[in-house]
Amino acid sequence: MTNQETTTNVTMDTAEGGIAINNLKMYFPVRRGIFKTKVADIKAIDGVSFSIKPGETLGLVGESGCGKTTVGRCIMRIYKPTEGSIVFKGQNISEVSEKKLRPIRRDMAMVFQDPYSSLDPRMSSGSTVGEPLLIHKLTKSRQEYKDRIDELFTIAGLSPDMADRYPHEFSGGQRQRLSIARALAGDPSLIVCDEPISALDVSMQAQILNLLQELQEKSKKMSYLFISHDLLAVQYISHRVAVMYLGRIVETAKSDELYSNTCHPYSQALLSAQPVPDPVEEETRQRIILTGDLPTPLNPPPGCAFHTRCPKAVKECSESTPVLRDIGNEHYVACHRV
Amino acid sequence: MGRLLTVNNLTTEFKTERGTVRAVDGISYHVDEGEILGIVGESGCGKSVSQLSLMQLIPTPPGRVVAGTAEFSGVDLLKYKKKSKEMCSIRGREISMIFQEPMTSLNPAMNISKQMSEVLINHLNVDKKEARERSIDMLAQVGIPDPGKRIDDYPHQLSGGMRQRVMVAMAMLCTPKMIIADEATTALDATIQAQLLELLHSIVDKYRVALVMVTHNLGVVARYADRINVMYAGRIVETGTTKEIWANPMHPYTEGLISCVPKLGERLEPIQGKPPTLINRPNTCAFLGRCKYRTDACFKEPVADLTHFEGQHATACNVRLKEAGR
Repeated sequence: MTNQETTTNVTMDTAEGGIAINNLKMYFPVRRGIFKTKVADIKAIDGVSFSIKPGETLGLVGESGCGKTTVGRCIMRIYKPTEGSIVFKGQNISEVSEKKLRPIRRDMAMVFQDPYSSLDPRMSSGSTVGEPLLIHKLTKSRQEYKDRIDELFTIAGLSPDMADRYPHEFSGGQRQRLSIARALAGDPSLIVCDEPISALDVSMQAQILNLLQELQEKSKKMSYLFISHDLLAVQYISHRVAVMYLGRIVETAKSDELYSNTCHPYSQALLSAQPVPDPVEEETRQRIILTGDLPTPLNPPPGCAFHTRCPKAVKECSESTPVLRDIGNEHYVACHRV
Repeated sequence: MGRLLTVNNLTTEFKTERGTVRAVDGISYHVDEGEILGIVGESGCGKSVSQLSLMQLIPTPPGRVVAGTAEFSGVDLLKYKKKSKEMCSIRGREISMIFQEPMTSLNPAMNISKQMSEVLINHLNVDKKEARERSIDMLAQVGIPDPGKRIDDYPHQLSGGMRQRVMVAMAMLCTPKMIIADEATTALDATIQAQLLELLHSIVDKYRVALVMVTHNLGVVARYADRINVMYAGRIVETGTTKEIWANPMHPYTEGLISCVPKLGERLEPIQGKPPTLINRPNTCAFLGRCKYRTDACFKEPVADLTHFEGQHATACNVRLKEAGR
């Protein structure tokens, strides 16, 4: 873990916002038999380090099962990580007790993929958005509470008189705006967006992306961890991008650098698999079609986890695990062949 | 290239408690032999319902095809009864469908061998042994490793991409004339989606099958489709070859769709608002509320029919057609 540590500013001062994650591991035990003895671990995240500065967006990209959502959930402490540190607001929250977490959680929020299941169908949209205000006791009077809800609705691009309606009366895009309004209630410095636009229609996706970007520009210190499999959206909204494969980050760089100078074979394949909506460009574009499926994290391949599908793999790749190393211009790649 | 399917004025309605929803509102289009047609639109625009209508797979009630013809190799599909012998011999044999979620289209309690053989035994009257052999052969063609063994697997033993390959194999078993892929790659991961699209493309090429790709992903159709129909609120608002549409999107909705896909360094221009409800729609343009080119006349005039512009390019926008002098 020598090189991987250098990739992030572990000593980064997070008092002003932002987050630093170091060597994060999350193993889920597999239990079998009547005694439920542990037979193996699913290594959902296996040593991930990164940091997000205040006002910055980090895009986390990868296919399903690569552990990107687990990273988001560890940060929110929905899961207690197996190992590693998550430094937020100057303290390591990976070990903090549930009780002490509550005030910290005010400062972080999450927007989920499915706006249909992440909103309580029996709660009016106003009380959904207002719930964090009550939990964290952020408003002093009934009037202040109502005003704040109106304000949040307006910020998220919804009309305040919709506050009496229930989630089923909203469209998908509006529901996602509700989730964003709820996330903003505690005035957080970090929002984990887990596939926030995947369940939406194309025209709604663009609206939500723009909304997220405007909110960040306004607040100046708010950071996003933007988890998605949609490379075009990630490229649009992120300052930096990290590509994950089977529980590890394989490449990370500034957004334009990663897209103009893609180094890791997996990132290259991922990028070329993304359909580009332009028939003229598509005609000339080379496509790398990977063979096979993602291996199971229960029994990941030895060496570089990608070598089973990698078009450039050599013998070394199946023997030793590559670590992230700096190739200049804040660009880090974990590949023997680069 | 001969004409394979000609759809004329297809209209499908659903009865609901709040009124009648006209999900497909008099659409006309055609599919040529061996071509790839993309049908693009947002959820609820009627793209899936239009395809289900011609296959006679609309649940009745509440849905009903109220008007239109669909001439497929000389016969009108909509004349047949749902469960008639003729319709059953077309579904799966002449026209196959591949759906979005392979886990729900495959029977979880039956192994692949049985599910695939069923198709062959019902349609082509082959015996069990031959059906199995042909299924294995087809699985090999869609790139399933070790098909002789995998054919005895149950759907849950396969990954998402593999399941969708099985669906492709099943759709191809009787070498149909047309395949309808309804969001067939949407549920898959990027790299698997790319694999499957290439596979579909190569199969269509090899067997000269017509492919209708129903999708909301413009990127997918941009690469593979020869022609595109853009649907909005139950109607086709623009049609043309892929290149025509990209070079010169005529309908404001198409233009909006293209510009709301993120590009590097450009600010996104989303389409404002949301699609209208389809209950008791007036006869004006459905895109009116979201359109940035609308004129006062748009609010009064009924919406134009799909009118040819040049080449294969046609649009249903009053403003644009007037500009072009039509």
